[in-house]
Amino acid sequence: MTHFSAFSLLKNALTGNRNWTEQWPDPEPKAEYDVIIVGAGGHGLGAAYYLAREHGITNVAVLDKGWLGGGNTGRNTTIIRSNYLYDESARLYDHAVDLWEGLSQELNYNVMFSRRGVLMLAHTVHDVQSFKRHIHANRLNGVDNRWLTPKECKAYCPPLSISPDARYPVLGGALQERAGTARHDAVAWGYARGAAKRGVDIIQNCAVTAIRRHPDGSLAGVETTRGFIKAKKVGVSAAGHTSVVMQTADVRLPLESFPLQALVSEPVKPVFPCVVMSNAVHAYISQSDKGELVIGSGTDQYTSYSQRGGLPLIEHTVAAITEIFPIFNRMRMLRKWGGIVDVTPDRSAIISKTPVGGLYVNCGWGTGGFKATPGAAHTFAWTIAKDEPHPINAPFTMERFRTGRLIDEAAAAAVAH
Amino acid sequence: MLLIHCPYCDETLPEVEFTYAGQAHVVRPADPSSTSDSEWEAFLFLRENPKGAHYERWRHLHGCGRFFNAVRDTVSDRFLTTYAAGAPRPDLSDLIERAK
Repeated sequence: MTHFSAFSLLKNALTGNRNWTEQWPDPEPKAEYDVIIVGAGGHGLGAAYYLAREHGITNVAVLDKGWLGGGNTGRNTTIIRSNYLYDESARLYDHAVDLWEGLSQELNYNVMFSRRGVLMLAHTVHDVQSFKRHIHANRLNGVDNRWLTPKECKAYCPPLSISPDARYPVLGGALQERAGTARHDAVAWGYARGAAKRGVDIIQNCAVTAIRRHPDGSLAGVETTRGFIKAKKVGVSAAGHTSVVMQTADVRLPLESFPLQALVSEPVKPVFPCVVMSNAVHAYISQSDKGELVIGSGTDQYTSYSQRGGLPLIEHTVAAITEIFPIFNRMRMLRKWGGIVDVTPDRSAIISKTPVGGLYVNCGWGTGGFKATPGAAHTFAWTIAKDEPHPINAPFTMERFRTGRLIDEAAAAAVAH
Repeated sequence: MLLIHCPYCDETLPEVEFTYAGQAHVVRPADPSSTSDSEWEAFLFLRENPKGAHYERWRHLHGCGRFFNAVRDTVSDRFLTTYAAGAPRPDLSDLIERAK
């Protein structure tokens, strides 16, 4: 496997880029693995990478029903931030941001993490009060987040309209400067490459149809479209399809799957320097390095497994974007799509052991799983390897819905994760 | 955009007139004080979330304002039927047969 460096780039450029080798092999599944990860998105591939790198467990397979990174990893709007209200969430997401910062070097693969700043707009007095509360809570947790006046918002993001007669007047904003974006595909590819280099099998087009248990209830392995594969441990990281997979093992999870939509514009020259989120009107926008405006919408109101979603939501989002950024009101949109996100009642994730020994689950990331990718993968790998949670993910159990110890980011923010 | 049939108004209308109200036929425990934590968890938080036919509630918010039930395929988003709240749960195999 080629090590990327300035020298290797130059050498291959001079020889016509004909000598690059494959980044990871395409192996046949073995009969048995120590650990099987279900779902080759960023979370699953990352978990396999950390299992191999941090815990020395290399007899690992990552199975996916489609192609690598073809689910929500390739469908999100790539926003990374950690300005969550509650202590538990702040620790988990800030752990992820810490890992994001060194990820390109660690993986020897450019994930294009860009700390361009995430600005959350306040449009009402309630927004102002709630964001200021967030800022103070974040500061106490050592998470950077500061208040900007409307003029400072405008200086930070020039396309923004702060006109007092705007449909959604800007009363200020909360800015996290360490936050930003990354290249989503590269995250999946980088983790896949790093895991494969350490001996992990990445098996695409191999759908897990059921988790098989012995008559005594213990874990046997997984049934797949390419036959039964025995496994000592199984970690499910299947986003919107987690409840479908887990049901085959008789484990019920407090999840509902909704389509979450996003869209991109035609590519234009650099015009948008940061990420702007407006929770009140459900509109999130940044500009990719290719020049497209990447716009995130909300979830449809009904549960669904169709990766489409309805147009009324897109209309609402685009209407809000053109009100807040009148400069974009003649921009043409290129394409829109939906991803199926698994939402928990408290809008916090589950990274947890399950009642079945050797079966683990990483799910419930709802509308905000991408930002957590390295942190979720790292703590999930720990949980699988040691059969106990890392202190950071210890509060994110599936039992909290029985004990009542919710991490209620739903009440803290109501929208947008 | 989904087109939804309101069983009270007897009209098929665009999705924006309606609000989704979650899984249907979830019954509140009859005797709350003797209900265990696990049963409360199931009542409050655990939902079927099927990939396929889903029994769900909708409300015709911008019309008659009333709640009704529906069966919708969550893969195609196609409605198999809608029926009045309180009506018995329709049999799935009949619905699928009729939809063919």
